[in-house]
Amino acid sequence: MAKVVVITSGKGGVGKTTSTAALGAALAQSGQKVVVVDFDVGLRNLDLLMGAERRVVYDLVNVTQGLAKLPQALIRDKRLENLHLLPASQTRDKDALTEEGVAQVITELRSWFDWVICDSPAGIERGATLAMRFADTALVITNPEVSSVRDSDRIIGLLDSKTKKAEDGERIEKHLLITRFDPARSATGEMLSIDDVLEILATPLLGIVPESQEVLRASNLGTPVTLSNPASAAARAYMAAAQRLMGEDVPMTIPSDKKSLFDKLFGRRAA
Amino acid sequence: MSTIDQCQRNFHFRGRSFIAFALSPEPPIADWLVALGEWAAKSPGFFLGRPVVLDLMAVTLSEHAIGHLIDQLAQRGIRIMGLTGVDPAMTSEKLPPVLSGGWASEKAIGVESPTSGAPAQKEPASLLLDEPVRSGQSVHFPAGDVTILGSVASGAEIVAGGSIHIYGTLRGTAMAGSFGDERARIFCSRNEAELLAINGYYQTAEDMAAELRSKPAQAWLESTSLMIATLV
Ligand SMILES: Nc1ncnc2c1ncn2[C@@H]1O[C@H](COP(=O)(O)OP(=O)(O)O)[C@@H](O)[C@H]1O
Ligand SMILES: [Mg+2]
Repeated sequence: MAKVVVITSGKGGVGKTTSTAALGAALAQSGQKVVVVDFDVGLRNLDLLMGAERRVVYDLVNVTQGLAKLPQALIRDKRLENLHLLPASQTRDKDALTEEGVAQVITELRSWFDWVICDSPAGIERGATLAMRFADTALVITNPEVSSVRDSDRIIGLLDSKTKKAEDGERIEKHLLITRFDPARSATGEMLSIDDVLEILATPLLGIVPESQEVLRASNLGTPVTLSNPASAAARAYMAAAQRLMGEDVPMTIPSDKKSLFDKLFGRRAA
Repeated sequence: MSTIDQCQRNFHFRGRSFIAFALSPEPPIADWLVALGEWAAKSPGFFLGRPVVLDLMAVTLSEHAIGHLIDQLAQRGIRIMGLTGVDPAMTSEKLPPVLSGGWASEKAIGVESPTSGAPAQKEPASLLLDEPVRSGQSVHFPAGDVTILGSVASGAEIVAGGSIHIYGTLRGTAMAGSFGDERARIFCSRNEAELLAINGYYQTAEDMAAELRSKPAQAWLESTSLMIATLV
């Protein structure tokens, strides 16, 4: 059974697109058939993070309007053959998407893939509500910072009222992914703690992704971080989150790039 | 001393908030007035004694046209106490004042059309919610008490005719006794409220003493003062 996941947050710049690329790749690296769908019509980014920007011919809007068939618009990843991208249109605005059009595309994608991962635009307007509309599961991306947490809370409310599942009286599954976490700043109270965030949002935690230079490097390379540097803290965090999404029981840790005591001991000896 | 000083001593302003009903006309206005008239005929007295503001966001009207619309509403028994959604420069002193600082509640207050025949079933006047109330959500329950098992987020609001009981943390706004019940109270297991109000008398987070924050608390009304105390 295919699973449709929306990556959402309310606030912009918290790591939705980064997480879509990293989780999409992580699931594909685990052998799943994955498509990542860019719903950020007019501000597309996912193609850049996936390194596919030079191969975009057709986009989501073209497909919903019947101007292109879905297989023509899907771009296969160069590194992982079971990973695909459905790009957004950069030239249209959000009103170009219709609910019927999106419904049709999602239904078709469900029949071909194990995972359909929808990268939502920021905001709570039409673009964001269409991205979440047909989701089975929502991943709410939150930074440990008050405005991001409040916006996430707002989005969780919308997930419980505006999605198809909610309207049908079912429950949309929701998880929290805390990104850009900085243990040092959290310890000094400059950032909210994980416990604070969980207490406020009352939503189960899927993972904690630390603030990491590797994320920036990966986006400049156009390669999801789980592929560009699988040993990095951010990549390990996304890998673990993907495993939890697949239902595996993985202990919750905050991966770190700092050297362990073991590394330090041997590092010193080698120096 | 100066006369201004005198005046200041003589007037006391107290913060008092009311839940206002915002009427939002849509073009064409003539059709909208007909629809409103039909609706009002089914719910006689609904607007009686209630503060009503006119939200002109969806229409573009001249000063004269606004005046005409207000007359039309008056003929239907609706008195307008203020305007919103309009540039103050477009109005004059003859019109009701332009209000600012209002916020919309997401759920419209339900009005049941009166049914004839069998006597109405008496519902228990309490509402129980077992989910957290999220930022941007608003719960309106004019009929009685509201009990919430989870937390009420910053940016969420609860408006009850009776008392409000929150077993989680209150980070948003709670307004109890909002339709005239001065005996209503607010209880919460942790007070991080943005605003507490009973029968329109309120305190904001900034007004509250630090020792009342982050603790279990209750609020009640003593004449026109909102009182808050911690619960032990
Ligand atoms: N874990 C992280 N560590 C460091 N920078 C990050 C991390 N996650 C995201 N970023 C950076 O934050 C910015 C916004 O990320 P993006 O995924 O585009 O957010 P959104 O899609 O929510 O607007 C980007 O510059 C990205 O590189
Ligand atoms: Mg984005």
